[in-house]
Amino acid sequence: MKKWLSWIFLFAVLLFIYLPIVILAIYSFTNSAIIGKWNGFSFDLYKQLFTVERLRKTILNTVLLAVLASGLSAILGTLGAIGVFYNKKWLGKYVKSASHIPVINAEIVTAISLALVFALFNIGRSYFALLMGHMVLCTPFVMLSVLPKLKQMDGSLYEAALDLGATPTQALFKVIIPEIMPGIFSGFMLAITLSLDDYMISAYTKPTTLDTISTYVYQAVKNQNKSMLPALRALSAVIFFVMIIVVIVINLRASKKSAVKSTVK
Amino acid sequence: MGNVKQDKIIELIDITRKFEDGLVAVDGINLYVRKGEFVTFLGPSGCGKTTTLRMIAGFDKPTGGKVLLNGKDISDLPPNKRPINTVFQRYALFPHLNVYDNIAFGLKLKRINTVYEDKNGKRFEKKVKFSKSEISAKVDKVLKMVDLEGFEKRSVSTLSGGQQQRVAIARALVNEPEILLLDEPLGALDLKMRKDMQLELKEMHKKLGITFIYVTHDQEEALTMSDTIVVMKDGVIQQIGTPTDIYNEPKNAFVADFIGESNIFSGTYVGNRKVRFIGKTFDCVDDFEPNDKVDVVVRPEDVEITDADKGTVSGKIISSIFKGIHYEMTVKIGKAEVLIQNTVERKVGETVGIVIKPNNIHIMAKEFSSNRYDGYITKKNTVCFGDGEFECDVTQLYAGSSLDEEGYLITAEGEKIDLTDTDVKVEVGLKDIEISDDQEKGGAIGNIVSIIYKGDHYQLIVRTEENEEDYVFDTEDTWNENDRVSVIIPKDKIRLSLVTENNK
Repeated sequence: MKKWLSWIFLFAVLLFIYLPIVILAIYSFTNSAIIGKWNGFSFDLYKQLFTVERLRKTILNTVLLAVLASGLSAILGTLGAIGVFYNKKWLGKYVKSASHIPVINAEIVTAISLALVFALFNIGRSYFALLMGHMVLCTPFVMLSVLPKLKQMDGSLYEAALDLGATPTQALFKVIIPEIMPGIFSGFMLAITLSLDDYMISAYTKPTTLDTISTYVYQAVKNQNKSMLPALRALSAVIFFVMIIVVIVINLRASKKSAVKSTVK
Repeated sequence: MGNVKQDKIIELIDITRKFEDGLVAVDGINLYVRKGEFVTFLGPSGCGKTTTLRMIAGFDKPTGGKVLLNGKDISDLPPNKRPINTVFQRYALFPHLNVYDNIAFGLKLKRINTVYEDKNGKRFEKKVKFSKSEISAKVDKVLKMVDLEGFEKRSVSTLSGGQQQRVAIARALVNEPEILLLDEPLGALDLKMRKDMQLELKEMHKKLGITFIYVTHDQEEALTMSDTIVVMKDGVIQQIGTPTDIYNEPKNAFVADFIGESNIFSGTYVGNRKVRFIGKTFDCVDDFEPNDKVDVVVRPEDVEITDADKGTVSGKIISSIFKGIHYEMTVKIGKAEVLIQNTVERKVGETVGIVIKPNNIHIMAKEFSSNRYDGYITKKNTVCFGDGEFECDVTQLYAGSSLDEEGYLITAEGEKIDLTDTDVKVEVGLKDIEISDDQEKGGAIGNIVSIIYKGDHYQLIVRTEENEEDYVFDTEDTWNENDRVSVIIPKDKIRLSLVTENNK
């Protein structure tokens, strides 16, 4: 009886989390303007993603920005984490604490201050400002996911590399970076998702002619121009599907690795 | 030992390593290692042995002194430029590389000077990498040496501790270093495997003929493997010698206590090759000044048991434990306890006689005969020294003097002296110090850092935290190391003398 109840509870929780997405995915296969009305099965919305110029451009902009900002953040955040980790003096400690503040800071504050800084240096609204804004958003998260990997790493690995004749730079690229790669990768993924659904920073820094998905949706709602909104159902379904695949692949790889270890030991 | 040549490969000159927090890990040590030697740094944890090794490897820079390699100063040379390789305590294998790539790591980075000749017959030097086949041949060779053929493609995380150890050794040896450093490499292995690896390492050392510098806290390991042992304590070398020297002729009570089991007694040299301890006079072979206070070391296996009336001295067996190849028995003689190892068991309660051959009695000059400090007199006519404040009798500073009501000293000549802030030399005997758990009771507070059993009493060292001042004393009570205690010295046991130009 009790077991039965716990199953129901679990099911209810999962339903609560996934029902909206499932409904969205189902209704991405009909071309009605509002959810709840079924106009018959069609791929129209998916077609629009590729055919409507404005939509296509927006999606492309968003993805390109996410990849670019996340890639740069991954490099910057990794170097930052290594610097903080190996600088045992007071400076390292303070830089580490300071780098955590953007994580807990309200995004609106970050966005407004960025807009002010760019205005001050006469950069204004530009792609450069947008990219920098997203990097400010993402870099601390990369640092946060790389630092624990550095802490877990056997401290003598670096010394072992030097001992075997590597210069400090060679030791960094041949030993430390490969060792913390999982942390860099998860930081990169986190940065991608953060950049993809960011609205605040994009809204305050982007050039007026360029739109990301989130600013496009906001504009469309504001201007009562909802003709293209249904297509976003298809886009959301695609993003969700890609995410599921990524998670499954990562889990499969992890379980495969631990399986290899456990059979040998 | 046939490998050992006379030329020094490594020489440490007055090496000191002080850390940022003020801790002095290595305190001005001098030693040299000869080419082809197997040298072991031996000592308890925190004695500075690993720090010394790290300075030879180049991971730590000495804060004072010089490291010479083949006579050249390498103190500022980074580790990657030294012809020295290390086997780390926890192996430090690269988890993202397989066995082959771990071992080939150093070879792939190496550039060798090769002489070429151009068209005009002009010779020039060029640095070239090892070719793939050269690397592969070298890796195969070391894998064979450590018995891991066929493991090339295995991930290091799938190897057992012993196998990882072998990979670590192979990874260091493949670079053909002049010196191999080993930092407690067998610490993580179980006993059986450790014994096997000890012999294998010794065998490798013989075959390769390169210099091994080994760090361990395991005295048995050191005795088994080394040509030379360097015993360290508190960043200072206690003794350097061959395993037999160190075992048979320990320089002080610490070395005797640390290397093997031993009976250590306080004794007095009577003169004429006779020494008195545990209440009896024994013949000995060492020579000291008559009435010198000495430490006497007798190894448990050197104490012979006979019938009660035939021994030099007799006592009752109070415990007997079977240890596999022998029995370990304790005989109580008066107040002293003597540890004996013998293959024949005597029952508890039996009275036996014991005999010790003169050349099995090893006598060392006593390390401490009294504690000496620099101190000063306070306003209240107490004395401050050794991180504490003690009541004392200041009148002993001037013969025939006395104190007046206000605390001024009146000398025999009637002169009035204010003693406040006068610098004094303080001397306290080994038997004049007591300690107490009650931290309010004594004049100074410290932790017990050393306990050495001396037959019928313990010699303790209490060290204060602030300036690391030591109080050395004898006691019959049992205490535990690291206990926090206060130091009590009776007023009349503190001997004061004025600082003069002679004793400054």
